[in-house]
Amino acid sequence: MLIDWFTVGAQALNFLLLVWLMRRFLYKPVLNAIDAREKLIAAELADAVAKKADAQKERDEFQKKNQEFDRQRVSLLDKATTEATAERQRLLDEARNAADSLRARQQDALNRDQQSLHDEITRRTREEVFAIARKTLTDLSGTNLEERICDVFTRRLRELNGEAKDGLAKAVRASRGPIPVRSEFDLPAKQREMIQKALNETLSADIPLRFETAPALIGGIELTTNGQKVAWSIAEYLALMDASIGELLKKGAKPRDTPEIKPGAKPKPETRPDTAKEPV
Amino acid sequence: MRLSPDEMIFWQQGFLKLNATIVFTWGLMLALAAGSKLVTRRLSKDLARSRWQNFLEIVVGFIVKQIEEVGLGRPRTYIGFLGTLFLFVAIASLCTVIPGYEPPTASLSTTTALALCVFVAVPFFGIADQGVGGYLKSYVEPTVIMLPFNIISEVSRTLALAVRLFGNMMSGAMIIGILLTITPFLFPVVMTALGLLTGMVQAYIFFILATVYIAAATHKTGPIPEPEKEPGE
Repeated sequence: MLIDWFTVGAQALNFLLLVWLMRRFLYKPVLNAIDAREKLIAAELADAVAKKADAQKERDEFQKKNQEFDRQRVSLLDKATTEATAERQRLLDEARNAADSLRARQQDALNRDQQSLHDEITRRTREEVFAIARKTLTDLSGTNLEERICDVFTRRLRELNGEAKDGLAKAVRASRGPIPVRSEFDLPAKQREMIQKALNETLSADIPLRFETAPALIGGIELTTNGQKVAWSIAEYLALMDASIGELLKKGAKPRDTPEIKPGAKPKPETRPDTAKEPV
Repeated sequence: MRLSPDEMIFWQQGFLKLNATIVFTWGLMLALAAGSKLVTRRLSKDLARSRWQNFLEIVVGFIVKQIEEVGLGRPRTYIGFLGTLFLFVAIASLCTVIPGYEPPTASLSTTTALALCVFVAVPFFGIADQGVGGYLKSYVEPTVIMLPFNIISEVSRTLALAVRLFGNMMSGAMIIGILLTITPFLFPVVMTALGLLTGMVQAYIFFILATVYIAAATHKTGPIPEPEKEPGE
């Protein structure tokens, strides 16, 4: 008999005992150890994942901050650059304005100096010219010249007409006493008569005259009464020329192309002596 | 000539006796329990662990994986029984390299005992899993006509389980014994090596068949785990 039933029972019991033993000493502890290790690994992996996520988050945050910082830096730099450019422009403008105003002041001062020098030169020149002319004409004044002046004066008296003649007649009539006739030199009797005659004929009346000498009248004769005047003198031409030159210089002082008055240039009288209007 | 280690009796008192099968089984039991106790005494739960612990973890992991692959969910419930079946048969075969040793599995009594254990374990686990009604119902499936065939199948497969293991183990030992008388030197060594292989295969077959029977009885097929990916993949 190959099967021994006692052995079968014993082996079954042995096997069940072995099952218990193996479960107790092998499977349970080993599986527990495996489970614990798996848990440990899982926990460590989870921890690693969490740390990775944290690191990623921190990295993202850092990158964000970095980008923000870069952006701020760029904007600040831009702002600073803009401000610096504006400041530079402002300083440049200020400096330019200051330079301009300084240059303008200097130009004004220069212009004033130039003008005053010019005026001074002009005044001196004019004075010299007139002094010379006056002296020359004074020196040249003589009988012939005086006669000629007297002729011109009498002709002017005779040529009076219209309003001038009426005005003079009224003035003469209104005056009391003799009418003064001034001349640079003492008029001879002949010429006094000529003047008396011419006036009488012109005004058709006998008019008393008083002859005086006035050295200021350069080579000239002047009849004055009640605001009416009949005169002829070189000094008048000189005065007219003086006025004319003065006006010309005033005009020329404003623009740059001020006409220079050459010492040798002759002043041109606007009216000829024989057609000059009588100053009223 | 001895066909079974049962015949080698060391002590007998009436019905009680102490034969080689029981003694060698005790030896194996002692070796297994003591070895396990020694190794698992200082189990490391950290990543670093001893070689022996590694070895035991590989063995236990392999058994768990095999149970899962057959289709049994909750392998921890069954590993005590099924794992011990495998380890006992495998170690009993491996120890044939020891001179004077006779595998207890070469005894039809032992294999019958193991087969009877499986025969009891199948309805035990089936009832534990789906209740008495649920388990008994599996005998009349798909139709009531199948009831006798199912019962026959249940009994015959237990018998087959016992005889298969016995035949293989006994034949291995027998062949070595016969060959030793004919060609005493080289050939028995080759046959012993072949016997080791055969023993391992039989252990695996016994274990797998028992697992399949229990899986069929429980009808609880857990999710088949995906094959573990190689680190290089």
